[in-house]
Amino acid sequence: MVEHGDIRVVHCGGSKLNFRDPVITHDSRFLLCASGEAVKVFSTSTEECIHELRGHTGLVTGVLLRPSNHLQVYSSSLDGTVRLWDFTDGILIKTCVIGYPIYSFYASAKHENVIFIVTSMPSEKRAERFQLVAVHLPQSGDQLVEARELSAVLSGVNPNPAAIAFGRGGEFIASVNDLQLEVYFFKKQKSYRFFLKEDNKKGGWNTFTCVACHPKDDCIATGHEDGKIRLWRNFNHKKEYTYSTLHWHHSAVSSLCFTPEGTNLLSGGVESVLIQWRYKQESERDFLPRLGAAITHITVSPDGSLFCTSHSDNKITIIQSCVKVSAVIQGLVKGDSIRTDLMMDPRSKALVLNGKPGHLQFYSLQRDKLLYNLDIVQQEYIHESGLQQFEVVKAAFDASGLWLATVEERHQKAAELELNLKLWAFDEQTQSFVLNTTISAPHDAQITAMSFRQTADSQTTLLVSTSKDGHFKAWQLAAPAHTEDEGPSWLCDFVGAYHGLVPECCSFSADGSLLAVAFQEVVTVWSPATWELLTTLSQPPGAVSDLCFGRLSCSKYLLGTTASNLLCCWNLLTCSLEWSTSMDVRRLLVDPLSENMAAFCYQSGSTDLFVFKPSEPRPLFSRKAVCSGKVTQAVFAPREEMLESCEESSQWLNRSQLYFLTQQMDLMTFTTKAEEDRLLASSKQLVIDDSVAMTPFYLLLGKHRQQQQEHRDSDSSLWAERTALPQTSASIKELLQTPAHVLPSTSYLCSMFVQSLLISVSDAREEKAHAEEEMESEKEEEDSEEEMESSRSKPELVAAATESDAPALTKAQARELRRVRKLDHSWLAGLLDS
Amino acid sequence: MASFKPTKIQVYPKLGEKVTQDTLYWKNYKAPVQIKEFGAVTSIDFSPVTPHNFAVTAFTRIHIYGPFSQEPVKSFTRFKDTAYCGRFRSDGQLLVAGCEDSVVRLFDVSGKVALRLFKGHTKAVHLTDFTSDRYQILTGSDDYTCRLWDIPNATELTTYREHTDYIRCGVTSKLNRDLFITGSYDHTVKLFDARVEKSVITMDHGQPVESVLLYPSEGLLVSAGGRHVKVWDLLKGGQPLVSLKNHHKTVTSLALSSNGQRLLSASLDRHVKVYSTTNYKVVHNFDYAASILSLALAPDDESIVVGMTNSILSIKHRKNQEDSKEIAGQQRRRPSYRVFVKGKNYVPKQDDYLVSKPVKEHLAKYDKQLRRFNVSKALDTALETWIRFRKPEITMAVIKELDRRGTLKNALAGRDERGLSQLLNFLIGNFVDARFTPVLVTAAEMILDIYQSIIGQSPLVDRQLLRLQDLVEKELDYQKELLEVLGMLDTMFASSLPRKEVPCSGIGKLE
Repeated sequence: MVEHGDIRVVHCGGSKLNFRDPVITHDSRFLLCASGEAVKVFSTSTEECIHELRGHTGLVTGVLLRPSNHLQVYSSSLDGTVRLWDFTDGILIKTCVIGYPIYSFYASAKHENVIFIVTSMPSEKRAERFQLVAVHLPQSGDQLVEARELSAVLSGVNPNPAAIAFGRGGEFIASVNDLQLEVYFFKKQKSYRFFLKEDNKKGGWNTFTCVACHPKDDCIATGHEDGKIRLWRNFNHKKEYTYSTLHWHHSAVSSLCFTPEGTNLLSGGVESVLIQWRYKQESERDFLPRLGAAITHITVSPDGSLFCTSHSDNKITIIQSCVKVSAVIQGLVKGDSIRTDLMMDPRSKALVLNGKPGHLQFYSLQRDKLLYNLDIVQQEYIHESGLQQFEVVKAAFDASGLWLATVEERHQKAAELELNLKLWAFDEQTQSFVLNTTISAPHDAQITAMSFRQTADSQTTLLVSTSKDGHFKAWQLAAPAHTEDEGPSWLCDFVGAYHGLVPECCSFSADGSLLAVAFQEVVTVWSPATWELLTTLSQPPGAVSDLCFGRLSCSKYLLGTTASNLLCCWNLLTCSLEWSTSMDVRRLLVDPLSENMAAFCYQSGSTDLFVFKPSEPRPLFSRKAVCSGKVTQAVFAPREEMLESCEESSQWLNRSQLYFLTQQMDLMTFTTKAEEDRLLASSKQLVIDDSVAMTPFYLLLGKHRQQQQEHRDSDSSLWAERTALPQTSASIKELLQTPAHVLPSTSYLCSMFVQSLLISVSDAREEKAHAEEEMESEKEEEDSEEEMESSRSKPELVAAATESDAPALTKAQARELRRVRKLDHSWLAGLLDS
Repeated sequence: MASFKPTKIQVYPKLGEKVTQDTLYWKNYKAPVQIKEFGAVTSIDFSPVTPHNFAVTAFTRIHIYGPFSQEPVKSFTRFKDTAYCGRFRSDGQLLVAGCEDSVVRLFDVSGKVALRLFKGHTKAVHLTDFTSDRYQILTGSDDYTCRLWDIPNATELTTYREHTDYIRCGVTSKLNRDLFITGSYDHTVKLFDARVEKSVITMDHGQPVESVLLYPSEGLLVSAGGRHVKVWDLLKGGQPLVSLKNHHKTVTSLALSSNGQRLLSASLDRHVKVYSTTNYKVVHNFDYAASILSLALAPDDESIVVGMTNSILSIKHRKNQEDSKEIAGQQRRRPSYRVFVKGKNYVPKQDDYLVSKPVKEHLAKYDKQLRRFNVSKALDTALETWIRFRKPEITMAVIKELDRRGTLKNALAGRDERGLSQLLNFLIGNFVDARFTPVLVTAAEMILDIYQSIIGQSPLVDRQLLRLQDLVEKELDYQKELLEVLGMLDTMFASSLPRKEVPCSGIGKLE
């Protein structure tokens, strides 16, 4: 096995945005959030990502604005460092090494240069315990510093960042864990603990989930597992504390937040409703319902104008004062399972997979941005745990991207399976998919596979679906039967079966002339034109789990993988087995643009990749242990422009790129070295003036301005060549930059200005004289200091004198004038200074 | 904040007849006018000239009706016996009719007494017609002969004795004065040319021929006899083109629609079928109360006139386009057009600042309740009488939605006697509907679970529950029987199918 050093497996976008609560900057223009190993800076108005603050080597676990400087931000990570960034320019200012993995961290304006981190306690026991530690950040100018002053504050805390909060300007810190609320007063260096009973009489769970402290008042709000919010007061006494209860949520409160003035309390949970409680008038509350998915974090901008909620579907919503959703930042939605395969939309070249419940997401791989969510189920999603709702389980595109077929199913315990097959047509006008046909209960049992016929002439579109009920059905677009119907709709054209066996997968040949359906261990080949069974191929034992036709020059081959770890290749011309090899192939893929096929094999805890041509005995590329765990979802994405790689091992990546999802739901891809270099270069080229939010409009304008700058630079260099006088350009600049109302009259300045623009005379003698002049002028410069002093003493007089001098100019006069101009300068400067 | 997604009302496939352009066209007739004649109506013929009166031959009379009159405008009663085949001449001035007493009579439409009597046949004359030159008459009789007569001097010109059975139908060419066609009970249709002594083309229909019809182009001939309707290509020397067998009793009469695109056939099985003349598929079907003997279409399909054995003449007039519109307009008074376009056609000026108004979302009543999670109220609104009877699919959709939300039980519970009986009524009405059964079974189970403790308290509810039980038992029996029939059919098909050599059980069927 050859090790291919130049092909690497890399992470490819789509990291979590909702891992920790985001931060809104003081001017409410930017939103910062932890995203994988980086911190992303978004514009709150345009939803665009402006910077990615990269540098951490572990998962970023928190982002905080620096209390003493609101243009800087701290970030903490599991790699044991806290980094200070300038987020407007995206520059790393300082790295502070702490040495322990940081799970969450806090800071307060009262405790300058101290941050509080939650880290795991060194303990022998298996169950991890966490402690809150105060860290003094050393004040040195170095880039890399090590923090040594650590002091434990609280032990046995919850690593969840919502479980600890600073109260009233940093006087105390409140921490909740399980059934205990602990309040630590910094002044008294004393902590109070309050306990709740495990169960109240109604059977609700009293476990604390989150805590928030009122910014002005002595009040702590805690959220509980059963949906209650408790407001604690008088907690600086051990016994006389009181609390009141608010109850609206029906399941756990996941986040609480006070507005900066403390007038409102915001809460959110699984219901995906943002609730605004009036502080001290808790019976009055405002709701913002249907935010899309369960709320995980709530933050308020420092001026209180923007609310921001993170959601479980990897989304951040920015809300203007609890009324209007103003922006939505949406990342790649990764549920617990991808039931549809990874697909490419042939039209937009976007990655398509199921994301939000009942939706298909279109994700642009090039821009690492979610394009849009297509609502497949078109039903109100009920945010309640334990409810079986419709889910998109299968989807398929036809070759031209004109048709999309989706299958949604709902499986209830008692009732039978509910299935819907939906066919969507692409609408050119709205540039989105429009529902064309809904077929309810297309099969009696789950649909195992679905495939469109890929024909060159997309005149007759055909869809084949196979199901566990032992049939496969062919669906065809048919003219409307009723005059009332608007357009053509899909009808069943053929129902096929083979000895009552269950079909597991189906595949059309590249030209659409053959259909292969695998019925357990038998592969049947049909002609879609006549629906005639042409031949059967079989290679027992083991049911066929994946089928692929070869492409281009290998189109005579049909490949299949079986459950008994065989990869078989049949020759369709001879209807016999060409070759077979023993490997546990979990996913077999065919590159739509070349003959290459990729097989992900699972072997001893990790996945290997083989890329091969069916006609050649040796694999083109193989890589052991691509990732740990099984790979069941992968896709070949066609490249926008072809790579010209001449190396044999990386040629298979020239036309398309291979993406796959690991068991941990990370999206990975393969890149070559050349490609990485190019990417790096392109990212360097993109230099942006950071004072302006980066929008496409800005990019356009910025580039233009840059060009202008360059143009001007070149101009000025030309200018410099032509005008030998060094002060001239400076004087012009001065002239142009001085406010008009402090300048002398234009007529007075005009002649001098024009004079300064004059090119030196071509005559050699003149040239020499000029040189002399220059020398003189230099001399003048030297002694100009004194003159400046004098001029400042009586500027009016000088001004009068120069005015009389203006008309005729002899050489001497010119010299005089130049001196005067110098005087003029200082005069202006003096005025400006005053 | 996404807006509330309303409940999806499932569209179920329409049962019964499909709506096509043809059904729309042929349905567009008013309720029939029924007129009682004195005997079976054997023949109807429209006058070729306006106002297109039509002559109805029934028993011993011929009545002439105006296009909209319900009373005959004229009647000819001077027949000794049953009259047959009253036909207008192409100028609408003369009418000829045969009679059981073998005499053919020629009438002036404005007069009463027969102008001429043509005597010569020995048996009843069932076929009479004018030739296209208007001076001759064709007759066909039960004495197996057909004859041509000269009108001015009432003399017989030619006799053809080629048929070997009763001649019951025939038609003259409209384009050529010498050509005519006769159909006989000897199963043949013969094309005669008056210039030669014998028939030119003979076509074997296979059954006694009851009616023949020429296309306006006269290239095609349609004959009806027995259960068959056959189309012949005369230009290819009488080659059979199509044979249609869509009736299950003898076809008695044929007609063409005014544009020649549709062929109509009437039969003793009480149906009139409309065929497309391009593919000869049945595109529409009319039902009548009794066996039909005669059928005629007015020019421009203005009316369909059908005569039946129970001596009833049924006339259907086409609906007037303006009428139907007016009626629809009167039914609902809508707000004036101005109300809708108020402010909509205002073009903003250049400096105007546009304030967009949020579009108000319109939700149905049950959706409003569902949005607020008021499950019982949502079900109540969905069970309102009008929705329950007229649009059961809406009620079904709401029940389904509640089931999906897991709150169906809550919605069904806590009802009083009235509410429960309403619910049970709905169940009884729709339980056996195959489209609704899967959902209603779960609902019914839940209802029984919830209310089993109160069974016996209300006679009304008890009665309804018993009915429901009956219904379910009956349905089970039906299903069982149907499965039995299916099994029987399968064995029959299996034995009739030829054995295939490839061991393949691919059962392909078109759905």
